[in-house]
Amino acid sequence: MSNTDIIIHDEKDNVGVVVIEKINPHKDCNCWIMENDKSVSIQSKDEIPLGHKIAMVDLNEGDTILKYGHDIGKVVKSIKKGEHVHVHNVKTKKW
Amino acid sequence: MEIPKSFLGYKRENGRAGTRNHVIILPVDDISNACAEAVANNIKGTIALPHSYGRLQFGADLELHFRTMIGTGKNPNVAAVIVVGIEPKWTKRIVDAIATTGKPVEGFSIEGVGDIDTIAKVSKKAQEFSMWASEKQREECPMSDLWISVKCGESDTTSGLASNPTVGNLMDKLEPLGVHLCFGETSELTGAETVCEKRGKTPEAQAKFKKTWNDYNDFILKEATDDLSESQPTAGNIAGGLTTIEEKAFGNFQKIGGCQFIDVLEPAEEPTKGAGLYFMDTSSAAAECVTLQAAGGFNIHLFPTGQGNIIGNPIEPVIKLTANPLTAKTMSEHIDVDVSKILSREMNLSQAGDELIKSTLKVANGRLTCAEALGHKEFVMTKLYRSA
Repeated sequence: MSNTDIIIHDEKDNVGVVVIEKINPHKDCNCWIMENDKSVSIQSKDEIPLGHKIAMVDLNEGDTILKYGHDIGKVVKSIKKGEHVHVHNVKTKKW
Repeated sequence: MEIPKSFLGYKRENGRAGTRNHVIILPVDDISNACAEAVANNIKGTIALPHSYGRLQFGADLELHFRTMIGTGKNPNVAAVIVVGIEPKWTKRIVDAIATTGKPVEGFSIEGVGDIDTIAKVSKKAQEFSMWASEKQREECPMSDLWISVKCGESDTTSGLASNPTVGNLMDKLEPLGVHLCFGETSELTGAETVCEKRGKTPEAQAKFKKTWNDYNDFILKEATDDLSESQPTAGNIAGGLTTIEEKAFGNFQKIGGCQFIDVLEPAEEPTKGAGLYFMDTSSAAAECVTLQAAGGFNIHLFPTGQGNIIGNPIEPVIKLTANPLTAKTMSEHIDVDVSKILSREMNLSQAGDELIKSTLKVANGRLTCAEALGHKEFVMTKLYRSA
């Protein structure tokens, strides 16, 4: 088994979580999907620290972020596959 | 792993069992703290539980104050109680309710006597209680005598990935043994509220949850000046990679595994529908939540953290676990169970759940938690609104 860089909760999710200390830009990352034990790969575009999220697909303004297979917020600034997903480009749909 | 059938606890007069054997000096109100603390200084083997409230409260807020005081005294981790208040009436109400457990309890009031003579009288009684409690021995108790509460804090994405699911795995394994379980944090289920509602075992439990969450959300919408984005998620959550309250809520929700809740409890309310999982309406502030769960009668607490919350409680031991490898390294004195190997896939969830069960039993049998060794005794009353 190769080292896992990113864990994805659910096959439906469009983001993954970095589980190594940090990911450098242009790194080929191994991703593990917990729900079905499948592996996928992705190339990073940004530096992303431990615990932070990476976009698994291109995302447009207004799109819904799926994690745990559920809606966790909306995209407020378009995000390219491999980029850092956080408070600068995603907001809550509550409050 | 074969799950042990028993632990070594302190059997109490009312049939419950404690994982600890505390003698507490419980002030009814803020101005009785000084007396309670002086007594605890005088008499070894006693602890004072100072807090900030207890005067001029009214309505539901006053009822919650009484429920928290009384529940704390009734908790089976407490062998004996001395209640000290400024006035006799409220003091007696708390003493009488604690006395229904059959444990030793006495009340003292300060008005007309003064601190110094009260401290002398209370100290004599406290010495008697402390020496009496010191004779108690641990005995074999069935696992069903464990009442386990859970609450996470300083969460990050590793909480939802690994440490919270580890607690969920423990719940899935211990629920069939007749253990009482409790989760709370009404605010931190926001975003996952409809998914959580469906986990109610009965239509009544589901409806009660829905009403509780709606009431809370109405309150937030009424009081919030802007939005909660400065508080939920917290700065620590955001540093750890959590972006929205919804993301935090789904992570939080992993703590109950596949269990269904049988009832919804008021803050500090004791469960009465038998073994199984309960939801308690609580704040998501760590010390407030654990204080309420302890007052509900829970005798051991599991606390997953991501960025490193350091909370403890004076009467309910708080076991902390983390899956964040940096937190496990930089804050090791606060972490009882390190499950960060889940992230590197050197450990699976079931193995982590087994490790947590083993650690929970060690603490139930008397091993000090990190928080106990470090002297964490956060006792924080929940206040619903301003006093009269």
